[in-house]
Amino acid sequence: MRYAILLMGAPYSHQASHSALRFARAVLARGHRLEAVFFYHDGVHNAARLASPPQDEPHLVDAWAVLGSEHDVPLQVCIAAALRRGLLDSREASRHGKAGHSVEAPFELTGLGQLVDLGLRCDRLVTFGP
Amino acid sequence: MKSDLDLEPGDLLVILRHGPHGTSWLREGLDAALVAAAFGRRVSLLFMGEGVSALVTGQQAGPLGQKGTAPTLEMLAMYDIETLWVEDEALSSLGLAEGDLMLPTRPLAAEAIERAVAAHPLVLTF
Repeated sequence: MRYAILLMGAPYSHQASHSALRFARAVLARGHRLEAVFFYHDGVHNAARLASPPQDEPHLVDAWAVLGSEHDVPLQVCIAAALRRGLLDSREASRHGKAGHSVEAPFELTGLGQLVDLGLRCDRLVTFGP
Repeated sequence: MKSDLDLEPGDLLVILRHGPHGTSWLREGLDAALVAAAFGRRVSLLFMGEGVSALVTGQQAGPLGQKGTAPTLEMLAMYDIETLWVEDEALSSLGLAEGDLMLPTRPLAAEAIERAVAAHPLVLTF
């Protein structure tokens, strides 16, 4: 089946991110397709490249990035939700005159239209949130 | 009680379960609905629980500087989002009647909500 994940919980604040990550791995391990992970609402914080959790905790941002790169799963971050929460890629950072950027590949800033498209295109869109 | 959904289900059902000012759930849920409609999808909206309070007339921007959602709700018709349902039970539990709401809506009983959810290929809950 073709799956997609919508993640709306911030990492380390809620279980949502941990659960979504495990679900994503399970989907892939079963041989299904994971068409994309879409990060919306507080879920956009999962794309914060500067996240530096203590070493004895899972590094959720890195884990998403690894999953995205190794399995070729697009990691799509809602641009409107991201920008207002301080999550900008280098292009947006320079457009807004900011000194640094907080989102980098394999995460990509994209529009909400992608979420609707994913939901209608896939067999299952599974939501994880607080 | 009118129980049948005589309206054709849309491509997408957006369920809104939060009031306007405490969190950004309502605003971001409405954004998803507007974007889907702008891309030509037929969108149905269902206000449930506390989400019903978003429709109470006289809503303003939040006193703490939040943007408020009433102006967005007023734009729904412009985006051709005309299927607006409210959870019947939420209306009565909040002491509201249809006449208290800023837009024409249709109250749905629990079993009609079940069928509305089942009838849409995509449901997003905020």
